[in-house]
Amino acid sequence: MSAPGKVGFSKAVYTRPRSLVDVKSHFCPGCHHGTIHKIVAECIDRYDLREKTIGVACVGCSVFLYDYIDVDVVESPHGRAPAVATGVKRAQPDKFVFTYQGDGDLAAIGTSEVIHAANRGENLSVIFVNNTTYGMTGGQMAPTTMLGQKTSTTPYGRDFRSDGYPIRMAELLSGLEGTAYSARVAVSTPAQIRKAKESVRKAFEMQISGMGFSIVEFLSTCPTNWGMKPLDAQKRVLGEMSEYFPLGVFKERKQADVA
Amino acid sequence: MSALAASPSKRILTKGNEAICLGAVAAGCRHYYGYPITPQNDIPEYMAAHLPALGGTFLQAESEVATINIILGTSASGKRVMTSSSGPGISLMQEGLSYMAGSELPAVIVNISRSGPGLGGIAPSQGDYFQAVKGGGHGGYRLIVLAPHSVQEMYTLTMLAFDLADKYRTPAMILGDAVVGQMKEPFVASPYDPASTVEKPWALTGCVGRERRNLKSLHLKDNAIEVHNWKLHEKYERIRKDETRAESYMLDGATIAIVAFGTAARVSKTAIQWARKEGIAAGMLRPITLFPFPEREVFELARTVDVLLVIEMNTGQMVEDVRQCTSLHDRIAFLGKPCVMPTPEEILERIRLLAGRKG
Amino acid sequence: MTGDIIMAGFGGQGILMIGNLLAITAMEEGKHVTWFPAYGVEMRGGTANCTVVVSDEEIGSPVVGRPKGLLIMNGPSMEKFLPMLAPGGDLIINSSLVEERQVTRNDIRLLQVPADDIARNKIGSRQMASMVALGAYVARSGIVKLSTVFDCLPKVISKKYEKFIPLNVNALKEGAALAGFHA
Ligand SMILES: Cc1ncc(C[n+]2csc(CCOP(=O)(O)OP(=O)(O)O)c2C)c(N)n1
Ligand code: SF4
Ligand SMILES: [Mg+2]
Repeated sequence: MSAPGKVGFSKAVYTRPRSLVDVKSHFCPGCHHGTIHKIVAECIDRYDLREKTIGVACVGCSVFLYDYIDVDVVESPHGRAPAVATGVKRAQPDKFVFTYQGDGDLAAIGTSEVIHAANRGENLSVIFVNNTTYGMTGGQMAPTTMLGQKTSTTPYGRDFRSDGYPIRMAELLSGLEGTAYSARVAVSTPAQIRKAKESVRKAFEMQISGMGFSIVEFLSTCPTNWGMKPLDAQKRVLGEMSEYFPLGVFKERKQADVA
Repeated sequence: MSALAASPSKRILTKGNEAICLGAVAAGCRHYYGYPITPQNDIPEYMAAHLPALGGTFLQAESEVATINIILGTSASGKRVMTSSSGPGISLMQEGLSYMAGSELPAVIVNISRSGPGLGGIAPSQGDYFQAVKGGGHGGYRLIVLAPHSVQEMYTLTMLAFDLADKYRTPAMILGDAVVGQMKEPFVASPYDPASTVEKPWALTGCVGRERRNLKSLHLKDNAIEVHNWKLHEKYERIRKDETRAESYMLDGATIAIVAFGTAARVSKTAIQWARKEGIAAGMLRPITLFPFPEREVFELARTVDVLLVIEMNTGQMVEDVRQCTSLHDRIAFLGKPCVMPTPEEILERIRLLAGRKG
Repeated sequence: MTGDIIMAGFGGQGILMIGNLLAITAMEEGKHVTWFPAYGVEMRGGTANCTVVVSDEEIGSPVVGRPKGLLIMNGPSMEKFLPMLAPGGDLIINSSLVEERQVTRNDIRLLQVPADDIARNKIGSRQMASMVALGAYVARSGIVKLSTVFDCLPKVISKKYEKFIPLNVNALKEGAALAGFHA
């Protein structure tokens, strides 16, 4: 999108968030990572956090977070973002710290780190992108892969007898005392995008007011590895994915709880 | 290779990563566990598709830390078991590998290595040489390390890795890279010919009618850990003595000898052919086992040639081992290309230079 | 006959498949051959490419910096690979999707193949475009015999699609005819 004014409109109907870098996206057509990046950038701008934010990038298609979000970013090993973020936050408690992690990253190899960061009530925010697969490595099974879903490592469909069940992280983490906020959102319709923004704002507010660990799980697409057209991928999110992974807020701590 | 050309019909065009799977299956491996990482995903994907029909088990673990410990458990059960990964994942396996070496448990670990350090990149690299041959994890142990340079060897060396691992009760590693892993070339599925069938009287199968057994690496009593270390040391010495393998390529009358392994060796072969056509007596010693390293061969070679040209896809790792083998250090030259393949042209260029010729 | 080629285009155009077919054909003719694909993140954005090396001698590198042949099925691949083609090398372009003005070199042998148009209009299936292009390359370069390519089709086409083999043969022939070869 071009900057306002250039296209001859007198009123800006769209402006790129200040914290979003103006580059061409490398994500596949119909991938939601880009949309989620934008929401994160908007929320950073909303609280004027750009200059005090330290982002933690994980390993996955979103590792290039540092190319898109115009804030300081440190890269972490696969799954370890919540530990790295803990280190940053403990050293600089006055800074705003968030991680951005895929489902393979957070819910497989990084389960230990995210659970213990939440359980300690680390005052940081986690953006968790669940696309039911390992996007970057070419569509293998993730812990969130749906039963029966064919992936390159479940060629006959995921079977609970050998691969277990899709894991609901937002609910699981909401059960920990240290978690201040946990919600699941989607970005497949304009209304969902509005709600998603609200949730990210809530999560950020938790950190700003020192209430502890916050996480927002996004139901996202991976048309490339699902072997679907972008529109069909949207439908899958709205259909079977939202059925198994219900949208909603699972925990929201009130100021009084921490008093 | 030229023998292959003689019987075209038996050859099948196969990817290196797949040849590893075929070799493992031929050698009786029915248990594979792993975690996705580029550039080796063909291996878990092949195993996921084919092991169930063979009555085997494929499992995608939640991490490489979990993977190597699932491997440990299956190995303790006396079964042939394999995993594969690449740099970052192999790093996470080091703790488990140390425990397995200490507990004397066999398994085959495949490293289709990529560029590092850290997340690095997915370009082919030989930057994991030190990690593979020097122990990698804590406590002082060795892995048997085999370095294939063709799709055919991905197959045969995988079978050999299982045999050696069982024979010496120790983990064995296939150290490949993205080039030998991703490329396809003709290969022959030669029948598996086990060096010897190895009973596993140490396996934990339940102590029906026998004394209970333990598999462990913890030795706290008296000098038990010292004794254990000497035992491991003697084993590694036996491996050094009996299992060193290397290819001599056009070394007859050579004055310039390349020392290279894997993909770097493969590319060097082209350069050597070109050099020979120009009348330069070039040849190569190609270590097939990186541990045990062909120490004696390098020692002898250093005395007969003018120059040993060590070529690696890193900034200099194996070259340190080459230096260990000889005191004739002024005869050692080095060409390092971190995270890229050297081209035959640049190798030839260096050969010419060393031969005192202008290009 | 010795040669090497880089083939490139969109994912789904059948690039890896025709590369594979060429490699199997060379193997069946008793030659040394390697096939090397783009892998990993290179695939994102839906592009595909592979390198095939054919030789009478043992092959060192399966990756080539200066290929003697280049087969380009879409516009974006042209920019990336054209500079690599060896002077005097064969450039086969899918002129249905690649514009001639993108060919910014004149030290190469250009062959324009309207592969998509031929596939759609003459063969009756757009899927056959890459086969048309392969036919043209094989005829132009002489790297393998066209008849061996026909023989090897069953090795790359699964039983399920066996009935399309004659279509593939036609596509290869149409491409070869453009290079002045008539089977
Ligand atoms: C220790 C380690 N193991 C494996 C990998 C390979 N790897 C890179 S990204 C990734 C998973 C990506 O999936 P996800 O977290 O779901 O992110 P997505 O790409 O789907 O957004 C894996 C396994 C790695 N980089 N490090
Ligand atoms: S592979 Fe999937 S997750 Fe990655 S950019 Fe493409 S659509 Fe998005
Ligand atoms: Mg994912």
